[in-house]
Amino acid sequence: MNEAVFAHRIQFAFTVMFHYLFPILTMGLGFFIALFSTLHLLTKDKRYADAARFWAKIFAVNFALGVVTGIPLEFEFGTNWSRFSSFGGGVFGQTLPLEGVYAFFLESGFLGMFLAGEKRVGRTLHWISGLGVAAGSLLSGYFIVATNAWMQHPVGYEMDPSGAIHLKSFWAVLLNPYAIWQYAHTINGALLTAAFVIGGIGAFYLLSDRHREFGMLSVKTAVVAGVILSLTQLFPTGDLNGADVVRYQPVKLAAMEGLFDTVQGAPLAIVGMPDTDTGTLIDPIYIPDFLSFLAYGNFRATVAGLNSYSKDLWPPIELTYYCYHIMVGLGTLFIGQMLIGLFLLWRRKLYSSRWFLWTLMFAIPFPYIANEAGWLVSEVGRQPWLVYGLMRTPAGTSANVAAGETIFTLMGFAGIYAVLSILFLFLVARIINRGPQEDASARA
Amino acid sequence: MNVTWFFMLGAMLTAYTVLDGYDLGVGSLSLWIAKNDDERRLALNSIGPVWNGNEVWLLAAGGMLVVSFPRVYAAGFSGFYLALMLVLWLLILRGVSIEFRNQSRDPLWRALWDAGFWFGSILLAFLLGVALGNVVRGLPIGSDGYFQGTFALLLNPYSLLTGILTVVVLAWHGANYLRVKTEGALFERAVRWSRTLWWITVAMVIVVTVATFVVLSGTPHTFRVYPVAWVIPFFILVGLVWGFLSRGADRSAAAFRSSVLLIVALMLTAALTVFPNLLPSTTNPQYSLNIYNAASSPHALRVSLIANALGMIAVAVYHTYVHRVFHGKVKLEEGHY
Repeated sequence: MNEAVFAHRIQFAFTVMFHYLFPILTMGLGFFIALFSTLHLLTKDKRYADAARFWAKIFAVNFALGVVTGIPLEFEFGTNWSRFSSFGGGVFGQTLPLEGVYAFFLESGFLGMFLAGEKRVGRTLHWISGLGVAAGSLLSGYFIVATNAWMQHPVGYEMDPSGAIHLKSFWAVLLNPYAIWQYAHTINGALLTAAFVIGGIGAFYLLSDRHREFGMLSVKTAVVAGVILSLTQLFPTGDLNGADVVRYQPVKLAAMEGLFDTVQGAPLAIVGMPDTDTGTLIDPIYIPDFLSFLAYGNFRATVAGLNSYSKDLWPPIELTYYCYHIMVGLGTLFIGQMLIGLFLLWRRKLYSSRWFLWTLMFAIPFPYIANEAGWLVSEVGRQPWLVYGLMRTPAGTSANVAAGETIFTLMGFAGIYAVLSILFLFLVARIINRGPQEDASARA
Repeated sequence: MNVTWFFMLGAMLTAYTVLDGYDLGVGSLSLWIAKNDDERRLALNSIGPVWNGNEVWLLAAGGMLVVSFPRVYAAGFSGFYLALMLVLWLLILRGVSIEFRNQSRDPLWRALWDAGFWFGSILLAFLLGVALGNVVRGLPIGSDGYFQGTFALLLNPYSLLTGILTVVVLAWHGANYLRVKTEGALFERAVRWSRTLWWITVAMVIVVTVATFVVLSGTPHTFRVYPVAWVIPFFILVGLVWGFLSRGADRSAAAFRSSVLLIVALMLTAALTVFPNLLPSTTNPQYSLNIYNAASSPHALRVSLIANALGMIAVAVYHTYVHRVFHGKVKLEEGHY
């Protein structure tokens, strides 16, 4: 691969993966903030108001970092991928500005009102602004996923004889069938991450014997929501998003599963290391016929392997394969952990089972890893295409930007993001340390 | 349709310059105008609830450029690669400085973020002015519709002048904003700065006007074909005169309106100067990216105009509402900064 193309890809991958750490949480947490403030409105129970206010503070820090790290991405469509923007801007660009215009203003405006507090804006408006924050963050996610879905499965365009493409249907782009389940799976992942963060911080408070009421509410919320969300992560959202991959991107599917040969009754590899030279899995453990069932609902169906496609259509096999297995493996562990939590809740032992609270606290990073791994499957597995079937990745870069320039600014981003990470951890640690109680005097 | 989109983008960028302009201006002056911690907090509180929303106008304009004139977005952003990365880093520095300053009372911590806020603001104002100057002056766009914007190319005498003009005008605008939003010693200093900066603004407007005629070697196309267009640059004069008349300490609201008018007139004059081009080429006028050869298909333009215009109306309503909620002089106890 050309060095400049590689530099553009690494720069985008690095900046987008760092950025995504923040919206994963805000998209999920927005829902829980709305949930807690609704419960407060209905029950007048002060615990829910404390919870909503506490999570809104965590939300605000994440939101600020999501904004400052998100701006570079919008720029990079032009700075790093100018030929792609020039080619497809009139089509995929339909959804991109809508994020800023509709969703972002909604989110930032309502967040300001929500943080100003109930005393300042009144009870009803405060509750509405909680819902607005959730709606804004969820909507914002949709416009971004719809833009990405166009790259996975381009629709709503027509090509003229010169090879240029033009918008044919705005609604087809906005309601891309690929976007629907990809969005559901993405948001479900964000909600699950928020549940784990709520549970993990709640477990921390219980283990360190501080803010017990808040800790109990948090752990309970996390377990109840976590059981549901970890299951819906697998089915229907994961399953149907996978079905779209089977339908539209069979090569990606073969790479995800490490399936080299086309077979009738394809086995599902639980573990194993792909060897692309020999076209085999090293030390595999298989479930016979199960991949055929997952892909086509029939144990004897034929699944096309990588060898049936020309090698220049292969995505990077190892990265796609491992990220997929990491995502699914972690997802399975999440289901198990949350079911144990539900069992403990039922036996009324949840808050006293210190071993379980420890696992909950240490689980916080793993949904992040699973979400990032899932996006890596989606994006690395899309290669060698930038727009699936329409434009290859090397054809979309900025030809007038040298590898040296990109690597220089990549190093700059690495340094700046390292500093941002430290500041972020410092701020979140302070919020957790201060705890959920009302702290009108603490700020100055 | 293409012309409508041109002015839609022009309006977006003008709105951005007016809105983010005053908080960039406050930042550019912050180290000199606000002398102690209380005054710095007041200055930050005056822009605190709005600066983030103001910045989104730039983002929305960028997003709309992708869909309306993708070739301009592609050429401009890739050509200005290094300069834009610098802009991004300054935006990050500035945002972080504003939001993190209040997290500790330590004087060293606060001094650090004060410096970051000042540095990020003044350099951003300068770079945005340099970029605008280069767009007016023209760029070495080749037959493929791209150019490579090295710093040696971008930092030419003309764009350095427009960069300085931008810093000065926005600082004046920021001083006027502080006149509206503050009281006491900070207010009195803002009045003095506003008077001084008015003189520098007048001088820079004259210099840049002369330089523009020299660089473009004559009157721009639009003004020759449609003499009625001269109305717009006339408002530059109106804005300046109004600014002079509003120099009295009791006329702060009028002073702020006069700098708004000046900025709107300057931005529209710049837009009319390049029209119908978006990025004029200095290599060969035929390679210029204009509102026709750089545009999306008519259907794409129409659809996205409707979708975005509806959104922008909502944004304008929301923005007015927020400004109204937070209107009046700022006090220390009510803010977070």
